[in-house]
Amino acid sequence: MMSFGLMRVRRAFFPSPLVGSEGRGETRGSRPGGGLAKRGRMRGVPAWQERQSFQHPSTVSALRADPPSPTRGEGGRVYRAIATLCFALFFLLLPVLAARAEMNIQEVKSKKGVTAWLVEDHSIPLVAIRFVFDGGTAQDPGGKEGLVNLMTGLFDEGAGDLDSEAFQLKLDDAGAEMSFQAARDGTYGSMRMLSDQKDEAFGLLKLAVNSPRFDQAPIDRIRAQILSGILANERDPNTIGQQRWLRAIYGQHPYARPDEGNKDSLATITADDLRAFHKANFARGGLHVAVVGDIDAATLSGRLDEVFGDLPDKQTLASVADVTPKLGQQLEVNYDLPQTSLQLAWPGVKRSDPDFYAAVLMNEILGGSTFTSRLYEEVREKRGLAYGVSSDLVDHEHSNALLVTTATRSDRAAETLSIVRQVVKDMAENGPTEEELAATKKYMVGAYAISNLDSSSSIAATLVELQIDDLGIDYIKRRAALINAVTLADVKAAAKKLLSADPAVMVIGPPLVLVARGGKG
Amino acid sequence: MTPTGIGLRAALLVGTLALAAATARAADDGEVKDFLLDNGMEVVVIPDHRAPIVTHMVWYKIGSADEPPGKSGIAHFFEHLMFKATTNHAAGEFDRAVSEIGGSNNAFTSYDYTAFHETVPPSALEQMMGFEADRMRNLILTDDVIKTERDVILEERRSRIDSNPQAVLDEEVDATLWQNQPYRIPVIGWMQEMEQLNRPDAKAFYDAYYRPNNAVLVVAGDVDPGAVKAMAEHTYGKVARGPDLRPRIRPVEPEQNTKRTVTLADARVSVPSFSMQWVVPSYHTAKAGEAEALDLLAEILGGDNRSRLYQQLVVKQGIASEAGAYFQGTMLDATNFTVYGAPRGDARLVDIEASVDAEIARIVKDGVSDDELERAKIRYVRSMIFARDKQDDMANMYGSTLATGGNVKDVQEWPDRIRKVTAAEVKAVAARYLVLDRSTIGYLLPQQQARN
Repeated sequence: MMSFGLMRVRRAFFPSPLVGSEGRGETRGSRPGGGLAKRGRMRGVPAWQERQSFQHPSTVSALRADPPSPTRGEGGRVYRAIATLCFALFFLLLPVLAARAEMNIQEVKSKKGVTAWLVEDHSIPLVAIRFVFDGGTAQDPGGKEGLVNLMTGLFDEGAGDLDSEAFQLKLDDAGAEMSFQAARDGTYGSMRMLSDQKDEAFGLLKLAVNSPRFDQAPIDRIRAQILSGILANERDPNTIGQQRWLRAIYGQHPYARPDEGNKDSLATITADDLRAFHKANFARGGLHVAVVGDIDAATLSGRLDEVFGDLPDKQTLASVADVTPKLGQQLEVNYDLPQTSLQLAWPGVKRSDPDFYAAVLMNEILGGSTFTSRLYEEVREKRGLAYGVSSDLVDHEHSNALLVTTATRSDRAAETLSIVRQVVKDMAENGPTEEELAATKKYMVGAYAISNLDSSSSIAATLVELQIDDLGIDYIKRRAALINAVTLADVKAAAKKLLSADPAVMVIGPPLVLVARGGKG
Repeated sequence: MTPTGIGLRAALLVGTLALAAATARAADDGEVKDFLLDNGMEVVVIPDHRAPIVTHMVWYKIGSADEPPGKSGIAHFFEHLMFKATTNHAAGEFDRAVSEIGGSNNAFTSYDYTAFHETVPPSALEQMMGFEADRMRNLILTDDVIKTERDVILEERRSRIDSNPQAVLDEEVDATLWQNQPYRIPVIGWMQEMEQLNRPDAKAFYDAYYRPNNAVLVVAGDVDPGAVKAMAEHTYGKVARGPDLRPRIRPVEPEQNTKRTVTLADARVSVPSFSMQWVVPSYHTAKAGEAEALDLLAEILGGDNRSRLYQQLVVKQGIASEAGAYFQGTMLDATNFTVYGAPRGDARLVDIEASVDAEIARIVKDGVSDDELERAKIRYVRSMIFARDKQDDMANMYGSTLATGGNVKDVQEWPDRIRKVTAAEVKAVAARYLVLDRSTIGYLLPQQQARN
């Protein structure tokens, strides 16, 4: 029902609502939070709807440390692009680690020096691999925005001696699912394969990683599909709003640009551009790999050399500046809509900051993924103003923020906005209670295994993110102590530090003042 | 409508593979157990000992298609109300108990069922059963609770439907495709009826349907079936059996004799798209083998990027940004088979439609090749192995099948039935059901753009 390989049947390429229509019967519920659809924060929405519900501003973290999408790379690409518009892509689901106690992570180092983290599990005959090369869409050269995203759509469109048709037939024969995704700060790849056909699967992955063909016909086709997706959303109020939001808060920084590029930039991208970026990016120096499933360390070592061993040593990436989101502004994107989307940004916290865990706990209490957060209680449970409301820490490599999103009937949008600001103000001034903190620590310690380690693919995805953040192979064991060491004073300080700022606010819907007088919009 | 078609086929294969491949640390690994409690509650246990996690779900055999006339949305509304206070637990207590142990919980409603679920460490399973058994009968429904939560579902409708032109169109396509069967009514409800839902409606609904003899418990994860049985008897077993429910016999579709089109032009749309649907049998209503053949037909015609529609329209002709087909097999009553497409570049929607029609005509006239059929079968089988990697997927498969008139054996024997489907049978269902003159088409268009 959710996220099987065959779901790609309907996942197709673009978030065309038509394609998404399979989800419409199932009005999954009422409740925000993880549920079966742990991948995102679109509260109470199952995975298949989450993907289709891309316009909702709270579709935060669609890409996060998610398991590889069963869709083709293109499918993933689209979701990611949308998520990025929503600003929150890459919210690294922080460390809700607790761990499968017995989960043993081995470090495997191949003869040629490729390192991977491995969790052996022979109970199901499959192997999941996930890897990332540092450098994603923020690397797109000016004027060629969308390059990395386009590239990730082309890895199963021909490699080595195999053209697109031949490659895809072999992939089908091998029974493997392969996908590539461009994110802001990294280019991800993943594959799920049956263990008795892993030779064929790794062979194809080697070809895709080392010698993608970038033939003109597939380039033109995938480019046209991306363009169709851009055009399809160009009159959608939420898409327009999110794009304006990114420009308003990031200015000239690469994070302000849509990952999928635009009509003009896409037209300029050539096969040579793609080859040049592939060569600069796909190098062992910026590579992180995790593997889970029915494979032992010795076998994996050989596969690592096969797939990655012949890549160049070093990447040649452009440097990307850090950027502080421009807060203290209000953006009104006025459309006559029955429901108004609200989005507010406050300062965030760097992964390496000493008060990182204090901020994570504070965010969880404010508007995190349980059904017990303050925002959820005040906006939804007490007043019925919205179906979903949440806060998220957005953690990009070069920028961070705390983002609150909700959507509410337009005639009460002003009221909802004021309640959100009141809840935040109270948190800034008074912090949480001792009871809230204790309960949230328990949640965060316990939730890691359930949220992040519940399938081979999600374990692999989690281990890759731990490597990117340089947290160490023993992090999962250490994590509970890091959380439990946070004091109430730490959380109060973090709340004051982050939430005292004047936020950036975006309103997508009828003008607030007018609707406050009563029109339903 | 629902994504459950996929669920069924997934379900079925997985069950069998799990049996076949039981390697394992525990002797029960993969062996699905099912039994009945004395009060009529069905129980399915799917052991999976890879991680100390368990998914606990209760499926009620009640969905939007069972609602009384004029009360659309009550099934989904009631799902929301199930999270309120009971005589034993204050509002929010269940949620706090789940979050305190790092668990997750949620619920969903569809045409044929409503399900509630928690994913937690196995040590908390009995506690979850206790909460879930409690709210099966002991909910406190007050006018205040009703009013606030009704506002939430109205907001949910605005989010899901009213804010999304495609969703608005889909709703009215359904109301056109289905002339008599209640699948014509949206799960979330019609706005004007939702606004009137009240406490007596909710109470009547609760008393009629939230009973152990109308529920299926599915437990998947790091558990022992014997222990699950004991816990279920301690908790659910204490809930009294309700009155026998009437068989779920709903109005059925008359013959479909016309081609119907439903068009929405909206300022927020910039690229047109279309879908075409037919009424076809579901796994529950089909003659032997027909639903399996429809599943394979959908996969070959429009399942993935190797499918006919994708290869023809997207790759070879280069006129579509997307094109595909799907079949929703896991439904209690007759269901829908859908094809869809959207143009790219200079292509027009009429070009897409003509090419889709041509592919349908070709598959009706010439059928499918043995190679296509074999590849489609293999693709199903392996995706089921992948599905075994997630216990909540497994729980969903069994739950949705049992809530739509199937049983555990149906799930487990499904791969064999799929393997037996012949090319001639696939051609036969294409010819029988994909009749262009008896279809319902939905067009989503940019404003002020004529279709031609």
